[in-house]
Amino acid sequence: MNESLTKRLFGYILLAVISILFLMPFVWMLRSSLMSLSQIFVMPPVWLPSPFKWDNFTRALTELPFDRFFLNTIIIVALGLAGTVVSSTIAAFGFSRIEWKGRNIIFMILLSSMMLPGAVTLIPTFIGWKELGFYDTFYPLIVPAFFGGGMFNIFLLRQFYMTIPRDFDEAAVVDGATYFQIYYRIILPLSRSAVIVISLFTFLGTWNDFFGPLIYLKSAEKYTLALGLQMFQGTYSSQWDLLMAASAAVILPCVLVFLLGQKYFLEGITLTGLKG
Amino acid sequence: MTTKLMAQGQSPLLGKAGTRSRKQKAFLYGFLFTLPATLGFLLFTAGPMAASLFLSLTDYSIFKDGIRFVGLDNFIRLFTEDELFWKSLKVTFYFVVLKVPATIIVSFAIALLLNMNLKGRALFRTIVYLPSIVPAVATSMIWIWLLNPDLGLVNTVLRWLHLPTGMWLYAENSVIPSIVLTTMWGIGGTVVIFLAGLSGIPNQYYEAIEVDGGGWRHKLFHITIPMVSPTIFFNTIMTIIGSFQVFNEAYILTQGGPNNSSLFYIFYLWRTAFRDTEMGYASALAWVMFVIIMLFTLLIFRTSKSWVYYEGEGRS
Repeated sequence: MNESLTKRLFGYILLAVISILFLMPFVWMLRSSLMSLSQIFVMPPVWLPSPFKWDNFTRALTELPFDRFFLNTIIIVALGLAGTVVSSTIAAFGFSRIEWKGRNIIFMILLSSMMLPGAVTLIPTFIGWKELGFYDTFYPLIVPAFFGGGMFNIFLLRQFYMTIPRDFDEAAVVDGATYFQIYYRIILPLSRSAVIVISLFTFLGTWNDFFGPLIYLKSAEKYTLALGLQMFQGTYSSQWDLLMAASAAVILPCVLVFLLGQKYFLEGITLTGLKG
Repeated sequence: MTTKLMAQGQSPLLGKAGTRSRKQKAFLYGFLFTLPATLGFLLFTAGPMAASLFLSLTDYSIFKDGIRFVGLDNFIRLFTEDELFWKSLKVTFYFVVLKVPATIIVSFAIALLLNMNLKGRALFRTIVYLPSIVPAVATSMIWIWLLNPDLGLVNTVLRWLHLPTGMWLYAENSVIPSIVLTTMWGIGGTVVIFLAGLSGIPNQYYEAIEVDGGGWRHKLFHITIPMVSPTIFFNTIMTIIGSFQVFNEAYILTQGGPNNSSLFYIFYLWRTAFRDTEMGYASALAWVMFVIIMLFTLLIFRTSKSWVYYEGEGRS
């Protein structure tokens, strides 16, 4: 579309205002994270910290064992990611590249679980893990990833697999390839970008998960970063310098992962949104 | 689908017997490949759902021995005696009523802006999307600080503009709108989905309107909105389902306060189940929410026929 000059100017001004609104919370967080507490309380507020208190970060991250929280988060994220990638690609393959009786019905039933409010399954699932003796362990946060890795991921991968031409599989069948070989040697390499998309979503989803760890983890040494940050808030509720430094530190890996994989994120959202 | 199946069955390499064994093999492998996912569904969705329905008819508590079947008592207590249930329902509906239209309208407007052919729009898109990837705990922390009545940025700016300041999260009448505000920071995902819908509209449609002398309003209401109505539909459903289940904000920002004025439904459910350990009663709460969400989803699906336009189908 060719918009007139005034319209474009108007568009730029609006976008600039919106960008400022969306960026301001980040700016305010970073500014507070680098100030001394006394400077934070200065009225009217100043924008630039002076001096820059970099040691806020070291102080914030050592007040509580954030290195431990970080390690716990990494363990849960890494194992969850491994389970999700393996089991969702295998399931998506079975739902798209093999023609078998009952396939579509089973897929639709499984897909319906995406609409289900989590609250309905929450309590019995919790009781189940507790009865098995896995309360206050990482298992409830990791094991489900190995059973399909979430319908959202299977759905997204299946959408992608269906766009790969059939001829590839059929040529492989003629050459005597098994289904597993087709999955591993043909479909998986061809769907690299879709696998990256679901990995990124799973990474963020697990990294940011608050409810799961809150329900299943009790002892502080097993806490994830999200829980640790919340505990920090409870303990140092008015230490805004340290709170903002800890928040910034927890956000940083997400932002890095997002900026590195941005292209895939937007692709992935588009893929699900359009077909939904 | 049928023709495709037949075409496969008639593979020249395999005889009739081969077709049968190939079909059986396909069934076996199809079943095996999808087995982990199916098991996951049975273990983590279907099984717990059935168990939850059963629990909702009992007085089960995790710290109490024994379990007693109480029939519909939990549901009767819920609807007739439990004031907090009604309170949490009211709070949640209020939130949904504010949050859903605000999200749809604002993210659609931003998507329209981003869809203009402007330089640097990729950067703007990144800026708008970025907050949506921030962990809820961190988002909440930032907003508690921004909305701090004495030292927060929001009140500081309002004071500077000589506008009245607010108590935000700390006053009963402003806590829900304030929480809506904090969640609006994370609408980037919805914006991007709208953008995808908008980019699918062929340019000729707009050109046709221009030839006829129609203005932007004409374009918006006669082309853009009807053409993205499937996306509006999708985003509305997802936002409704998400908004009914708000938990993190209630837990981290307000703990349901002040005076239960942000006692979100799922937060109340969590409190009942895990703090008061009344798991039977909480299961009944869960089923009521399940029914509410299903009803809303159905309602929107029903009405969608009159306002969602799918290309190639026409409007019926």
